[in-house]
This record gives sequence, C-alpha cells and structure tokens, in this order.
Amino acid sequence: MNAFSKSVTMRFESFPFAQEMLGILSIGLLGLIGYLIFPDDLAFLTRLISVSLLVLSLDLVTGYCGVATLGQAVLYGVSAYVVGNAALAGIADPILLLIFGMLAGILTGLISGVLIARFRGLPQLVLSIALGQLVVALCNKLSSLTGGSDGLAGITPAPVFGIFSFDMYSRTAFVFSLTILAIVFVLLLRFVRSPFGLLCRGIRDDDLRVQMIGARVYPRLVIMYGISGAVAGIGGALNAITAGVVGLDSVGFERSAEALVMLVLGGANNLWGALFGSIIFQIFGHYVSSINPFHWLTLVGLLLIVVVVFVPRGLSHGVAVLWTKLIGREARL
Amino acid sequence: MQTVLSIAFDGIAYGMVLFIISIGLSIMMGLMRVVNLAHGAFAMIGGYLASYAMRGLGMNYAIAIIAAVIGTIVISIPFEILLYRRIYRKSDALGVANFLLGPTLKSIPLPAALSGPMDIGFRMVPTHRIFVIACGVIVALLLWFLIEKTEFGVRLRASVDNSDMADSLGIRTEWIYAATFALAVGLGAFGGVVGAELMPIEPYYALRYIVTFLVVVSVGGAGSIVGAIAASLLLGFADTTGKYLAPEYGEFFFYLVVILIVFMFPRGLFGRAH
Repeated sequence: MNAFSKSVTMRFESFPFAQEMLGILSIGLLGLIGYLIFPDDLAFLTRLISVSLLVLSLDLVTGYCGVATLGQAVLYGVSAYVVGNAALAGIADPILLLIFGMLAGILTGLISGVLIARFRGLPQLVLSIALGQLVVALCNKLSSLTGGSDGLAGITPAPVFGIFSFDMYSRTAFVFSLTILAIVFVLLLRFVRSPFGLLCRGIRDDDLRVQMIGARVYPRLVIMYGISGAVAGIGGALNAITAGVVGLDSVGFERSAEALVMLVLGGANNLWGALFGSIIFQIFGHYVSSINPFHWLTLVGLLLIVVVVFVPRGLSHGVAVLWTKLIGREARL
Repeated sequence: MQTVLSIAFDGIAYGMVLFIISIGLSIMMGLMRVVNLAHGAFAMIGGYLASYAMRGLGMNYAIAIIAAVIGTIVISIPFEILLYRRIYRKSDALGVANFLLGPTLKSIPLPAALSGPMDIGFRMVPTHRIFVIACGVIVALLLWFLIEKTEFGVRLRASVDNSDMADSLGIRTEWIYAATFALAVGLGAFGGVVGAELMPIEPYYALRYIVTFLVVVSVGGAGSIVGAIAASLLLGFADTTGKYLAPEYGEFFFYLVVILIVFMFPRGLFGRAH
C-alpha cells in the first residue's frame, strides 16, 4: 500500500472494501488518462498493461517473498506460446484462451518454484537465469511449436462474449486488457493481505523465524510461485491475444531484467509500486525512444540511477515519505 | 580426433577468456558483496577503447591493451565514487543498483568498421588462442600472488573478514575497496580486449554476456580464484562441445550443466560458507 492509498483508507476505514474500490477507481482513472493521452496508440497501452501484469507477478515472488529471480519472463512467455498454439489449433474464445494462459502460467510457475525456491541468494538468481536461458534455447529449437526466431503469428481471437470484436485500433483489446488488469489487481490487493500473503512477507523478512513458529517455508514459496505464474500467465495470454504475435523476446532474459528494473523503480513489496513502476518506465521509454532512438536506453539508465541513488526503496516509498512531510501524518507502508 | 582437438583447444581458450573477465566480478562479489551487473559493460568499454586505439590512433596491440585497461578504469572512477561506494557490503542492495548500468552503457553507437570481431594482429587463429590461454594463466598466478603474498593482499583480506576491525586497526578500507574495484574493472577490460576474437565486441555485449559471467562466478564460488578457473574451464568446455556437436541447440547444454552444478554445489565448486 502506498501512502496515498493508506491515508485515503484511513479516512474511509468504515467503508467496506475501501482498498479494492480504490484499486478499481485508480486503474479506471489511469486507463482514462492513458486513453486521452494516447488515443492513437492504444496498442502501446495494451502492451503496457500486459507487461505490468508481468511486473505484478514478479512483485509477488521478489517483493513479497524475497525470491531473487531473473527468469520471470519464462512464466509470461511460455503461457503466451501456449495461448498462441491453442488459438492456432482453433480455440478462438478470448476468455477461454485467457484461462488456458493462466493454467499454463500456474503450471510453469509451480515447476519453476519447485526448482528455484530450494535455494536462496546467488544460487537462486543463477538458477533462475539458467532456467530462463534453457527455455529460450528450447523455444528456439522447437520451431514447430514456437515458430523459432520468426515467432508465432496469425493468432486471431473471436469477439469477446461474441459481441466486441478486436479492431485494428486496439479499442477492444485495450478495454479488455484494462478490465482484466483491474480484476487481477483487486484480487491481488486482497490476496497480499490474507494470512498467506502476510506469512510470505514473514518468509522474506526472516525465514528462520517463520520456521520457528511452525510454518514450512518451501511449500509456501512454491504455491506463491504458482500464483505468480497465474498472474504472469494472464499477462502473457493478453499479449498473445491482443498482439496476435508471440516472439522469442517474450521469454527472454531482457524481458525478465526489464521487469525487475520496473519493479525496483516503482518499489518492490508493494503492488502499487509495481503498477506505477511499470507504467512510468514504459511511458518514459516510449517517449524517450521516439525522441532519440539511439541513446534512449542511456537516458532510461540515467533515470534509474537517479531513482536508486535518491529513493533507493522505489518511487512509491519516496511518495510516501513526501506525503508524510506534506501532511505531517505518518504514512505506514 | 581433429574435432576433439579443436574442441579441447577452443574450450580451454574460451574458458580462459571467461576466467579473465569473470574473476573481476568474482572478486567484487566475494569481497565487497556487490553483484556488479555492469561488469560486462566495463569489458565492452575496454574492447571499444582498444579497437579505437588500434584503428583510430594506430597503436600496436600491446600498447592498445594497456591503454584500454587504464581508460576503462578512469571511466569507472566516477561510478565508484557516486554509486558503488554507497552499496559496498550492504547485501540488501544486492546488485539491483548495478544492473542499471548495464542497459545504460550498451547503447554506444557502433561504427561499421568495428562490428566484426577485432583483428588482433596475429596471422593464425591458434596463435591467438595460445596467447589467450597464456594470459589466463598469468592473470591467475599474479592474482594469487597479489592476494596471498603481498601487503595489499593482507589488508584486503583483513577488510573482507572484518571491515570495522580493519578500519580501527588503521587500514583505509575505503581505499582498499576502491583499489579492488579498479582491479576488477581493469581485469574485465583486459578480458574484453583479449577475448574479443571469441566474444565479439558489439553494443549488446554487456547484456548478452553478463549472464554468462554471473553464471561462471556462481558456479565457481564468489571470491575464489581456483573456483573461477575450474568453473570457467568446465563451462567453456560444455559450451564449446555443445556448439560443435549440436549447434542448433544454442546454449542449451551450457545452461543444463549450470543447473546441474547449482543443484549439486549450491555454494559453487569452491565457495566458502558465509
């Protein structure tokens, strides 16, 4: 929770589901602002939403459980490939495809969790990288399923609920993705405050103590990985459905690393941080790369260095501190 | 037989390049607890500087290497002062800050003349391979001597074991760390130049190979010279063999070996328990 949401919820504490309503309202508002700023580039916003789901999923394992991973894009990309193959096999209903993607994500997440959650620290990080690269090499090799380096093209989903068909201006795709994001985000807001979510935070802070109070760490991390896989899987499925193409970049190391950077930018261990980090990073990248296509990464890097040096715990924490200074009231994170 | 020989030769040469670059990363990780994900970028800068010195300024190979190493260290100094100094030994900040330099530096515009592998000035490729292997062995011996036998090495190990105590005994840990950082960056740049034949210098070098370097360090055990040599040679062999025998699988076998080793030796082949 960031300071803003906290202070608002403090005022409306008697309100049932205040957090959830705030989540829906903010995402709706952000969607509206996005629509007004980029009316001609809804495809970009749709991609942004898909990637922010990946960042949210990364926040679940990295921010809430302290798992160091640079292989999160595997969950995202594998599910995108599964959805692509399902669509090419004749399943056209977007909701069904989304469910397929989610299931694929859960399965991939559980498998990665079983392997990655066994370790801590550097071995964990390297294992996640190695798994990611292994999957990339496999995706490249199994070109009958993935299209190899050409990618998987020609995914044409049917209209949503049989009514709203996917148009070339990405209007349907945008609203569809935004709705999915809102639903997932609200569910996650609830989930991270559940006893399970709180125990996961405990694991991140001190796994020995969690063991001392009688909870087993490893199975919980694996389950959390499965849930994270569901979120990443939905993101990957959205990507496949709305873009119509799945490429090798969606499983690659660069995607994982970018997601981690977005999370750090916004502030880990905070769903709002993950959301705003991914939005800010991608919009900044979008603008800067259109102004200067050659050196835009340098500028993005400079932004990140500035953020890490001055607000090391992410922008959402910086906002919280600022809020405390302005309002004079303690903003608890 | 011919294939076996060339696999062995290329494997050792590749392993040595991995070793020269990774040992700098390994030292930083083992001693300062900083996962410097910008290390690949420093190797890349070294490569660019060397190629500029040779092609642009017409220096010969040996002088170009020295110039590149010194140039890279000079470039890295502001980063050390502004960024790295803040995060030494704070394991919370593990690497996150450093990742950022990777994407920053990779977008150096590449003149067409540099896009190919560098001509290192030897006529025959095997000569270069021998040169690389010799460099690797010399680097390993010198490092061992530096860390185990010299005054600097003693101070360095003291700072690593107990930074506060070393401080109160009058060791300027800040300087020790800065010197070690320079050493690590210099080794990275040296490896980048020497290994340019095997790992071509290109704008995405930093991002593409940092994963490999990180894996080598982790497999070997952070901070261990012997571990880094063993891991480099092992992974160099695995990668070369895989690429010779089943090129369509890309780096599949390399990472398969990595996963197996991580499962068998979570602390690395020669890692110390922290």
